[in-house]
Amino acid sequence: MSAAGDSRVIWDSDDISRALKRIAHHILESNKGGDDLLLLGIRTRGVPLAHRLGAAIAQAEADVPVGELDITMYRDDLRRNPTRAVGPTRVPVSVDGRTVVLVDDVLFSGRTIAAAMEALKDLGRPKAIRLAVLIDRGRRELPIQADYVGKDLPTAPDEHVRVTLAETDGEDLVTIVSAKGA
Amino acid sequence: MRHLLSAADLSRDEVVSLLDVAEEMHEVQRRPIKKIPALRGRTIINMFFEDSTRTRSSFEIAGKWMSADTINVSGKGSSVSKGESLRDTMMTLDAMGVDCFVIRHGSSGAVAQAAGWVKAHVVNAGDGQHEHPTQALLDAYTMRRHFRDQRLAEGFAGKRIAIVGDLLHSRVVRSNVLLQRTLGGQVTLVAPPTLLPTGVERWGVNVTSDFDSVLERADVVMMLRVQRERMSGGFFPTAREYATDYGLTPQRLARLKPTAAIMHPGPMNRGVEISSEAADAASSRVLDQVSAGVAVRMSVLYHLLGGEGEAR
Repeated sequence: MSAAGDSRVIWDSDDISRALKRIAHHILESNKGGDDLLLLGIRTRGVPLAHRLGAAIAQAEADVPVGELDITMYRDDLRRNPTRAVGPTRVPVSVDGRTVVLVDDVLFSGRTIAAAMEALKDLGRPKAIRLAVLIDRGRRELPIQADYVGKDLPTAPDEHVRVTLAETDGEDLVTIVSAKGA
Repeated sequence: MRHLLSAADLSRDEVVSLLDVAEEMHEVQRRPIKKIPALRGRTIINMFFEDSTRTRSSFEIAGKWMSADTINVSGKGSSVSKGESLRDTMMTLDAMGVDCFVIRHGSSGAVAQAAGWVKAHVVNAGDGQHEHPTQALLDAYTMRRHFRDQRLAEGFAGKRIAIVGDLLHSRVVRSNVLLQRTLGGQVTLVAPPTLLPTGVERWGVNVTSDFDSVLERADVVMMLRVQRERMSGGFFPTAREYATDYGLTPQRLARLKPTAAIMHPGPMNRGVEISSEAADAASSRVLDQVSAGVAVRMSVLYHLLGGEGEAR
């Protein structure tokens, strides 16, 4: 476990798997099955999470398409920073008429999700957009709420929630890192 | 990146980043709704002092798809034709708060000079016989995709690229040579001795007048347009003779490797530098080049204007 300074491990791999399984069932329940669903992972860590959710849904019910969404060009702070690299957007089916579930690791200010909704609008007209996140750490700057949450984790402003995943970082962990101890 | 004036200004990392982002822009190009907000609120002026349809449209579309406001100014009908200097025209437009100038000019070096007068970013869209860096980038992009499609090892290192035709009057060739020097492609220039630029021996590439000698080993054959106005200039005897010696005829086409790409920056003179058989061959990448033009220019504009630049 990486517990340097003031970092606290909140969840390990098993906790993450359980949460994703729960979210998968929740999605199927509220959608009344897997019809017309599309899971879109927000890059970077939303993508493996969306694939894991897709696998959990497939195990429980049926295959659903999974894609990835890069929101770099939709960020509202694009101009304030040096030019950012753009990642791929891969949407395997048309979003028109589907219930699109956006998937991300941490919900914080809500700006990433706002950008993702704008990006989605340029891809077509979904029937509905839902949001699934592994961790909701609060401190929203925009009126955005997740439909499916793995864990509510209220944090102080100087705390940072770090999600690492086997696919991107080598191990599954959710850690709170305090700025003082980071 | 402050400006894009010459293919020589780009580091290898910058070229790779430009080509990578172009891949994502190409994805935008295939969407039903071709619009992203990346350059919202930015203003781009296309200043074309020479006639051009494809390059100007391609820059204009690139800017518009990224939500920039694009304005076209041509030499004719502008204050330049009333006698105002290019410098004053540029500075006037710059004072209006323009973010980027895309300039095509008949004089070699004019664009680089203009970049010194303005606070905005400047892109060279072709200056005289000097350079056309976005064309070289879109050529590189097309080649990279071709190598990938043909399962040739990705990357340019060691790939043999033959550029054939009127090298003397071509700005495309200069930018391509400079860019391939950065990327590691092996360029061979093929032209009649009368159409070789002076000093070409110092460009660090192979030069030959024997097209047939390079055919069998080339991974890319890039044919350049014979400008009709040159035909009466004594550079070569007749169009027919040129086609026999330097045209990509059906006979030469048959000798190319099956994986070799045929490229042409357009517009093509069918039957002169390129036969219809070659232009329409399965390995022809000519239309891919046109389509890549928009994606690559989107990437260039994104790199210049997408983040906090050094300009205003």
